[in-house]
This record gives sequence, structure tokens and C-alpha cells, in this order.
Amino acid sequence: MNWSAIAAIYRFEMGRFFRTLAQSFLSPVISTTLYFVVFGTAIGSRIQEVEGVPYGAFIVPGLIILSVVMLAISNASFAIYFPKFLGTIYELLSAPVNFIEIVIGYVGAAATKSLFVGLVILVTATFFVDIRIEHPFAMAAFLILTCLSFSLLGFIIGIWASNFEQMSLVPQLVVTPLIFLGGTFYSISMLPPIWQTITLFNPVVYLISGFRWSFYGLADVPIAFSLLAILAFTCGCLAIVGWIFKTGWRIRS
Amino acid sequence: MNTILSIKDLRKSYAGGFEALKGVSLDIKEGEILALLGPNGAGKTTLISTVCGITTPTSGVVTVGGYDTQSDFRAARQMIGLVPQDIALEPFEKVWNTVRFSRGLFGYGKDNAKIEDILRKLSLWDKRRSSMKELSGGMKRRVLIAKALAHEPRVLFLDEPTAGVDVELRKDMWAIVAELKAAGVTIILTTHYIEEAEAIADRIGVIDKGELLLVQDKETLMSQMGKKQIEVTLNEPIDSIPDSLSDHRLSLNGSGDVLVFTYDTNAERTGITTLLNDVAQAGLVLRDVQTRQSSLEEIFVNLVSGEPE
Repeated sequence: MNWSAIAAIYRFEMGRFFRTLAQSFLSPVISTTLYFVVFGTAIGSRIQEVEGVPYGAFIVPGLIILSVVMLAISNASFAIYFPKFLGTIYELLSAPVNFIEIVIGYVGAAATKSLFVGLVILVTATFFVDIRIEHPFAMAAFLILTCLSFSLLGFIIGIWASNFEQMSLVPQLVVTPLIFLGGTFYSISMLPPIWQTITLFNPVVYLISGFRWSFYGLADVPIAFSLLAILAFTCGCLAIVGWIFKTGWRIRS
Repeated sequence: MNTILSIKDLRKSYAGGFEALKGVSLDIKEGEILALLGPNGAGKTTLISTVCGITTPTSGVVTVGGYDTQSDFRAARQMIGLVPQDIALEPFEKVWNTVRFSRGLFGYGKDNAKIEDILRKLSLWDKRRSSMKELSGGMKRRVLIAKALAHEPRVLFLDEPTAGVDVELRKDMWAIVAELKAAGVTIILTTHYIEEAEAIADRIGVIDKGELLLVQDKETLMSQMGKKQIEVTLNEPIDSIPDSLSDHRLSLNGSGDVLVFTYDTNAERTGITTLLNDVAQAGLVLRDVQTRQSSLEEIFVNLVSGEPE
């Protein structure tokens, strides 16, 4: 294992993050505040409670997942797409590193950045609402797995994309709708029965449900299903990344 | 000298069927400078990319220091440094950080003294805190070399290192290459500039249409394939070559005052003595006599165009 290479990639990517630390820190704080102003105060004042949890507190897990997923995808996809775009990927391809080391370096850095943002949102939220975390270990596990799995997805998108437009295609057209329709701002029990059934085909439902359970003990689907769903998603992404590096798809001619 | 890089029957075909390398075989000795010459699309960059691991070969074997670049890629790649043809650098990254990144990527730990040494040798020390976007094109090329040298490679590939740089910087690059050679680094460079190969290479390889046409010692190549010419400048211009000199296959320049005689330096009899005697007997008065050897450029053009020597 070329640990030095993993550390070099990780440090290089984190350096990019620290160069724009103010933006990295302020952006989630501002967007979280806006969400609380719009959904928590303006709309939330009319909803009051969802299954015994004040609406402002209810949406916190969904907000964290929303931001973490989008950031994990954008960070990881940009990290591998940018070297392809600039041509600096030659160095990665000619270095004594294998695909596992490259993935650990890039995905590890992207996951770290999104984890940091997730924690910033969590801390910001405590200024607006009272939050309790009933299952802290489960919460940490869900958060870390979400950061890792969606960083893997971002990495795949970055390898696949051949221009900047394609980079934003999957996050905007697929991931964002799935997250918004996955119970970020509501419980699926609030939907009509037919939509409750349709929603179960949205994989993000399992993720948000499991994460919310770790906070308040409330879940739309059994917690075991949520755990299995996120593990299956992670394994699926790992399999695709493994295939990409084995075949050299879109990176090695 | 030992062979440090061995390429055997290397072939590369792309998905569309284009065969970029058609069975290239080449041995490179440790410490030498080999210049690969060839027109655009000849296969120079594909050859380098395939050896370095950027492109996967269709067939063939490449070993570096005895290590197979496919089965033992870690050991092989650790010995190789690559300076690419295009300037590819992260615009916001600092010089120091990018060189440190390259060293780490190749499996080497932090060594500030080593990085400082490389940056100083390449006149980049004062720019170590500058980001890439602040550097001139020449400085960026130096950074690419610094990155390639960060892991102390024994074999260095320079893909068109002086493409688009001014004469002064080109001379600087040549000096850097000479220093690296003195430090024992084996260098393989591709170039369009024949004068570059002529100035710094030990051996010349000519590649065209994916085939290695020849690899030869530079001096031998020039003496074997080089033609020499005598230019006889006359005191008074003439309208045409006198009939008495027709056996010498002379040519007359446009202004009619220079006779050009081409001969083979390896021939048993060059015909120079007879020529000069016949010129004197034809009543022509000489003002000057000069000899000129054909350059690598002319040799190269003849080779790739398939013209007879």
C-alpha cells in the first residue's frame, strides 16, 4: 500500500478546501439559517409538530443529509474531473499507485469535507431549535456512511463526465429531486397512501428515515432497511469504481 | 553501460483500429540521452505514454531497471519521471505544494531539503510560494521538471520540453538536461527541433507512422548518412557550368558565382582533387572554398520522406 500517495492526495484535496475555508464554513451556515427562516419559522409556525417533534427540529436531519449529499457529490466529482480537465491526471496515471489508493485519497478527502459541513449545520441548527440525539453512534455511522457513499457516487460522476454540464446533470436532475421527495421536510406518513407506496421506491427515503431515527427515534421505514439500503448503495458504488479502474474507462486509453 | 529501459515489440492500437505503435523495440543505456525525432502523429507521445503507464499497451513488454511496467508497475514507475508536452498544472496551487505532492505520490516521505535542492537547481526557489497562475510559461515548464524530479527518478522522459519557448529558455533547458545527465539520469526526449537533438543527444531515434526507423549514435548517424558539400565561390559569376566540368555533377547557385559539389565522406575517392584541378583548368578563378555537412534536419527529412540518401 502506497500510504504516502494516499496522504499526498488527501492533503492536496484538503488544501483546496482550506484555501476557501471561509466559503466552506459560511456557505452551509447561511443556507441552514435560510432554511430555518423559511421552513422553520415561516412555514413551520403553521405546522407546529410532526409526530411529537417540533417542525423546526424535525427537518434538521433532512437538512444535514441534503447538504452533505450535495457537497459529497460535488467535492468528489470536481476532485477527479478537474485533473482530467486540466490534464494533470497524467501524474496520477504514471505514479506507482493503484485504484484503491486513489479512491481512498480522493473519496476520503471529499467525505471529510462533507462531514465537516454536516457538523457545521448540526451546530448551526442548535442555535435555532432544541435538538436531541437519541442514538449518537447510529447518527455518526449514518452520517459517515452517507459522506462516503455519496463521495463515491461523486467520484464516479467525475470520471464519467466529459464536460462541466455533465458534472451537474446527475446532482441536479436526479439527486436533488430524490432528496426533496425523500422526506427531507416532511414525514411520508403525511402523504396520501398511494404516494406513500411510490415514495418507498426512492432510496433516499431510507437514508433520511434512518438518520432521523438516530435523532428522535422516529422512522418512516424500519431502521434495518435503512442500514441495509445505505450499505448496499456503498457496495454498489465501490463495485462500479473497481470496474472503472480495472478497465481504465474514461481515464486510461 | 547497462540497459535501463528495454522496449520489446511494443504495439498500441486504439478502439477505432488506428495503430499508433507498430512493434517498437528499443534498448536505452543507463546515463545516455536519447532524442526521439518524428513528425506530428508519428507515435512519440504514445510511446512515452505507454512506457509511463498513461496508455495501456496492446502487446509487448517494457522493463525499467529490470521491472516489468505491467506486472511490477510500482517498482518500474518509481524509477520514471515524466515531463509532459502540455503545461498541465493546478492554477491555484503553490510551487512548493505541487512539488511536495508529486514526491508523496511516488511513495516518498516529506523531505524539505530535497525539494529545496530541486527548486534551487531549477531557479524556482524564489517562486516557491507563487501559485501557478502567477508564473510565466517558462517557469511553468520548470515546475513540470521539478515535479518530475521530485522522486529522484533514474529515467526522465521529456516530451517536447522546449516546444513554444524562447531561445534563451531553450538554452537553459539544455543546460538543465546536461546537469541531469551529469548526475546520472537517463533522459529520453522527444523534439521537433533537430538542433536540440544535435546539441544534447547521445543517440538519435527516428520514429514515423508508429515505427522506429532507426536508432543510432548521433555522430555515427551524421557521418554515415550525412552528405558533405564543397561550395566553390568564383571571382566572376558565370552563366552556366562549363562542359569540361559536367562529369562532376555540380550545381550553380542563382547568382552564378557559387559552384556546389556534393560528395560522400565515406567514399574511397571523394573527387575533390580532380574537381579543383578541373575548375582551375576551365579558367575559373576561385575566391573562396567552404565545406558544409548536412544537418540532422536534412537527414531526418530524407528518412521520413523515404528519399534516397
